[in-house]
Amino acid sequence: MIKNKSLVSITDFTKDEILRIIELAADFEADPNQRLLEGRIIASLFFEPSTRTRLSFETAINRLGGRVIGFSDANATSTTKGETLKDTIKMVSNYAELIVMRHPLEGAARYASEQSRVPIVNAGDGANQHPSQTLLDMFSMHKTQGRLDNLKIAMVGDLKYGRTVHSLIQAMSHFSPTFYFVAPDELKMPNEYKDFLRAHGIPFEEHRDMNEVIDKVDILYMTRVQKERFSDLLEYQRVKDAYILHNSMLESTRPNLRILHPLPRVNEISTDVDSNPKAYYFKQAENGVYTRMAIIASILGVK
Amino acid sequence: MCNVNNKELKVSAIKNGTVIDHIPAENLFKVISILGLENIPNQVTFGTNLESRKLGRKSIIKVADKFFEDAEINKISLVAPQAKLNIIRDYEVVEKRVVNVPDEVVGIVKCFNPKCITNHEPIVTHFAVQSKQPLELKCRYCEKVTTEKQMEIIK
Ligand SMILES: [Zn+2]
Repeated sequence: MIKNKSLVSITDFTKDEILRIIELAADFEADPNQRLLEGRIIASLFFEPSTRTRLSFETAINRLGGRVIGFSDANATSTTKGETLKDTIKMVSNYAELIVMRHPLEGAARYASEQSRVPIVNAGDGANQHPSQTLLDMFSMHKTQGRLDNLKIAMVGDLKYGRTVHSLIQAMSHFSPTFYFVAPDELKMPNEYKDFLRAHGIPFEEHRDMNEVIDKVDILYMTRVQKERFSDLLEYQRVKDAYILHNSMLESTRPNLRILHPLPRVNEISTDVDSNPKAYYFKQAENGVYTRMAIIASILGVK
Repeated sequence: MCNVNNKELKVSAIKNGTVIDHIPAENLFKVISILGLENIPNQVTFGTNLESRKLGRKSIIKVADKFFEDAEINKISLVAPQAKLNIIRDYEVVEKRVVNVPDEVVGIVKCFNPKCITNHEPIVTHFAVQSKQPLELKCRYCEKVTTEKQMEIIK
C-alpha cells in the first residue's frame, strides 16, 4: 500500500509498488490532464535550489490540478534565522497534504518523515537518495524496452559518488539485470554495492573502456565525470576523454539500445549523439513529470 | 581463582550490586558515561590500569545496590565488548553475565558522516547493527555505515 506512505529511499518501495508507479506513470502519459487534486495543497520545500527537479515536481502537481506552496531556496525562509528543520516541517505539515522536499543534508528527509503528520517525498537529500529519479529511470527503461526483467545495463562514468547509479542498482535488483560498470579506477563502483549484488546473485562486470560493452547492452546509463572528484588532476586529464560518448561509437550497437543520463550533461555525451534515435535523455526528463504525478497521486490515494 | 580474588581486592568489596570487569582501561570513562553512573546516588568505586592478560590494562567498576537490565548493560558492548558482570548478593557472586552487542543502537554513538542531519540538528542518533564483529552501524538517517574505527561516543 503506497497510500499515506513517505517516499524517502528507493528501498521504501517493494517490487510491486515500483511496478504500480510505472504503470500509473504510463497512464498519466497517455492522459496527462487528470485533475485529481483539484483544490488540494502540496508543499514544495527546497532547502537548496534545484530548478530542474523543482519544476518537474511542480509541473506534476499543477497537471494534477493541485496547488503548490513552499520555497525554492532556504535563503528566503526562516531557516536562515536558525529555525530547525523539525519546526519548519511541523508548521508546513499543518498546511499541506504532502511535502516534497530537497535538502543539502543526508538523512533530512527521513528525519522529516518522522516529524511530519503528512507524507514526505524526498526530492534529494545531499548525496544520499533521490528516489523519484530512480523511478523515472525505471519507467524510461520499461517504456523503451517493453520490460524490466533481464536487461543488460551499462553504467558509465562516476560510479563512486553517483547516487543515481547506486539507487538504480538497488531498485533493479528485483528484475534480474546484468550490469556492466565502466569507470576510471578512482571512480569505481564501491565495494558495498558489489557485495550487495553478489548477495543477490546478480552478475556484473567491471571495465575501463566503454567500447568493450557498448555493443551488447540494452541500456547505456551515462553519468558525469567531474574534475573535482579526482585527487590527481593529471589522472583526470588522462582519463576524461575515455568517458565521452560519440555518435560514431553507436554504429554496431543493438537496435533497442537507449542512452539515459540523469542530466544536466556537461560534455560526457557529445552533441552529435542528440539526433540519434537511441538518445533518450531528453525524453527521460519529460518522463519525470509523469513519474512524479504517479508518485503523488498514489501516495494521496487518488489513483 | 585465588589470583582473580586478589586482584579484585584492589577495589573495595561490595555487599550487594554489580561488578563490571574487563573494561579496556582507556574506555572506563566512556562506560561510566554510557551507564550514567555520574548521575546516580549509588556508591560507585572503580579501579583502572589493572593488569589483565586479555586486555593489557583493564578497568573495573563496582556499583553498590544496582542491578542492570540487559538492554541497559548491552549499551556498553560498543566500548567494552569483553566486559563481564558479576552480580553480587551478600558479598557472594550469584550470577555472571556477558554483554551482547544489541541489534539497534539508539544515542551513544555519533554518526561519522559530517553531512548527516544528526550532526546538524538536535536529533538522537539511531543505528541498525549491520555487523557485530567487526562492529558496523548503519545510520537510519543518512544510511551510511559507521565502522568501529570511526566510532565516536557522544559526550
Ligand atoms: Zn548518519
